[in-house]
Amino acid sequence: MVGICSYGAYVPMLRLPLGKPGGPERAVANWDEDCVTMGVGAAVDCLRGRDRAAVDAVLFASTSYAFKEKQAAAIVAKALDLRRDVATTDLGDSTRAGTSALRAATDMVRAGSARQVLVVAADVRMAAPRSPLEANLGDGAAAFLVGADEVAAAVGPVHAIADEIVDVWRTEGDPFVHAWEDRFVVDHGYGAVVRELVKGLFARHGFGPKDVARLVLYGPDARSHAATAKALGFAPEQLQEPLFGKLGNAGAAMAPLLLAATLERATEGQRLLVVGYGDGAEALVLETTPVVEKLEGRRGVSWHLARRAELPSYDMYLRFRQLIATEHDRRAGAGLSATKHFRDRDTDITLLAQRCRRCGQAQFPRQRVCFSCFAKDEFEPLRLSDRVGTVKSFTFDNFAGSPSPPLVAGIVDLEGARLYVQMTDVAPKEVKLGMPVEMTFRKIHEAGGTPNYFWKSTPLR
Amino acid sequence: MNAEAIRDKVAIVGMGCCKFGENWDKDPQDMIVEAAFEAYADAGIDDPQQQIEAVFCGALYPSKGSAEVADALKLYDRPVSMVVNYCATGTDAFRYGVFAVASGMYDRVLVVGFDKPKDRGVSGPSVAVTGVRGLPATPAGWFSLCAAQYFETYGAGREDLARIAVKNHHNGTLAPKSMLKREITVDDALNARIISWPFGLYDCAAQSDGAAAAVITRRDLAKSHRDDFVLVRAIGIALSANPQEDPAFDFLRWRATEMAARQVYAQAGIANPRNEIHLAQVHDCFTLTELLAYEDLGFCEKGAAKEHIKSGTFALDGELPVNTDGGLKTFGHPTGATGVRMIYENYKQLQGKAEKRQVKGKPTVALSHNIGGAPQACGICIVALP
Repeated sequence: MVGICSYGAYVPMLRLPLGKPGGPERAVANWDEDCVTMGVGAAVDCLRGRDRAAVDAVLFASTSYAFKEKQAAAIVAKALDLRRDVATTDLGDSTRAGTSALRAATDMVRAGSARQVLVVAADVRMAAPRSPLEANLGDGAAAFLVGADEVAAAVGPVHAIADEIVDVWRTEGDPFVHAWEDRFVVDHGYGAVVRELVKGLFARHGFGPKDVARLVLYGPDARSHAATAKALGFAPEQLQEPLFGKLGNAGAAMAPLLLAATLERATEGQRLLVVGYGDGAEALVLETTPVVEKLEGRRGVSWHLARRAELPSYDMYLRFRQLIATEHDRRAGAGLSATKHFRDRDTDITLLAQRCRRCGQAQFPRQRVCFSCFAKDEFEPLRLSDRVGTVKSFTFDNFAGSPSPPLVAGIVDLEGARLYVQMTDVAPKEVKLGMPVEMTFRKIHEAGGTPNYFWKSTPLR
Repeated sequence: MNAEAIRDKVAIVGMGCCKFGENWDKDPQDMIVEAAFEAYADAGIDDPQQQIEAVFCGALYPSKGSAEVADALKLYDRPVSMVVNYCATGTDAFRYGVFAVASGMYDRVLVVGFDKPKDRGVSGPSVAVTGVRGLPATPAGWFSLCAAQYFETYGAGREDLARIAVKNHHNGTLAPKSMLKREITVDDALNARIISWPFGLYDCAAQSDGAAAAVITRRDLAKSHRDDFVLVRAIGIALSANPQEDPAFDFLRWRATEMAARQVYAQAGIANPRNEIHLAQVHDCFTLTELLAYEDLGFCEKGAAKEHIKSGTFALDGELPVNTDGGLKTFGHPTGATGVRMIYENYKQLQGKAEKRQVKGKPTVALSHNIGGAPQACGICIVALP
């Protein structure tokens, strides 16, 4: 039996109200978040309490990669401190990439090329400011551990069709997703192709809507989603809520996020139908096992939806996405030295500290001589990214350029090591000495035009 | 180690200081020449080409290094060295000069500290992005890191810091060469925009351009220059661990100051600094830096600074006046010049030539203190009348 052994989710804390505050809203990545940072967040949620060394492969799915050439999956693997000999692959170019990755992972495990595959889907898609399309989008990520042992949701029949259509697209150099006229998009794109896919699946495998406990369906907007589910013969109570007005269409991560939300409430013996769409469509049928009810300790979608803070203005959203000019362009500057970054990868990307074998003192960053007992080269690595620390000191800096001043920075005590780091997703009034914090992978700046990642602290919520 | 090896062996016989400020119309050359020639005149040196045998200079943002001083003063064919040690740069350059004279090799050494930060187009440090760690790299952000712990532990607050700013603004109005000459109130300081909590605008030193210089000689040669020479009683430099990385740091002090203080008090044979030091120039890049220096230098017990701030112990007419010329806060802070500028002020005070800001009671022992970096480098110099 091959299927999902664990799952996790990440939804950014910030919400952009779509109308009056308190009404419908969408999740928006903070200025220091992108598909990679959110993907790391979802993967951390998925791998909580699991042996990270057992992960054999990472499949990352997104349509919003910061790099056109440079792999996101390899960054994620390094941030998660996975094995050196992990197989990494990026999938993209379609909102279907998340479900495609889940299917590919299943095939890898079935074929025996990997025992455990981490699937991560994340997207931060942008449409033109104030366009109707923009209001339907949302940012988020989901992750699944696919394997053959202790399976919580076994993958059964799968079905896919490819479809050549210009309905939703984004071209090189264009930051915005575009869509053709919506009736065409629904009638001949999304609605027609999903109906064809699901009917084909039913016909081939001999079951129908009544045999499905939950439909996990991608949708470009709430109306098309509901209409398509109804046309397929599903009752409203069979639908996983598409989260429009709360999260929004998270692109390649939408069907995966909805699947994570379904698994949170799933019980043993349920048949789930997962459908992704984009240049065709892809369906996976899952059967839940007793394990699904025993998976605990993850935050999933519900925890992240409850953790929310409203962006004070639309203007701030534009500033976060660098859609309006500011005095200090975050992309300015020569960027990091590639050789310095190369030497600092363990420290900066994996957040590896050291513990002195002789005196036990943890210290950060990498040292050759111990701070406490002065022993030379007597260190063993100590991963700090998954530890809870406490705030030892802090300041609110208005002088350092930030799209959302003041920049909160301070000293965090993690296992006895001290880290001078920024604090994110926090209001200054929340910050207290001794408060517990966890670490979150973020963009520190974009000097040189590339995302430059490091870890920040954030209040343990 | 012989801690007393240099005590009172080297004399300051001439000092100079240009006007500190946003000297848009002056090159480093202009400021170096003004400071050095004032020092020459003060020392009665009329032929520097013959009389100055070696030069030690300090600057944190030099464009050329030691040649900037050699070229400005045309002091060639002799050693000219540049020292860099964060904000203790000026004090450290002076220290090298003292050791050069104390060794017996050179009779007369010139020390020049200078900096020209205002050519960089930013008010404050240049935010050069060289990595992703250690950000935000703003000195206000670094020096503020003791605030939360100190406030919580000892019950101090922004008002205590504001009183330090008010004091230094007052003293600065009395110093002809200071950058800022404006009295402020506690409310002005408290209501100013926040730079990096708890520091508002008035908690931060005025970054400025400037240069200061000293002519030093052996004690036995001092009389040939002037009767009222001033002796170097002690001078030390200490580096501590970076407070941002030090696993044992408590954020209630700056350890580099405590370390350097132990050095100079041992050199000078000082057991009770509160009584044996008569005035001090301490590093007030930010008001909290001055507050911590009161305690770290042993001028008062740890945690007691706020009481002394309220009672005026460190005011110009107090028992131990601190930053009599306005300090970095209002005199200005051209990094490499600051340590030498502080010795200039102490030298004038001990000679009784500090005019409107002259401290009472004929002081004979004065201390100057710099701390810089994260901060982790401290320099302290004690000068005294014979």
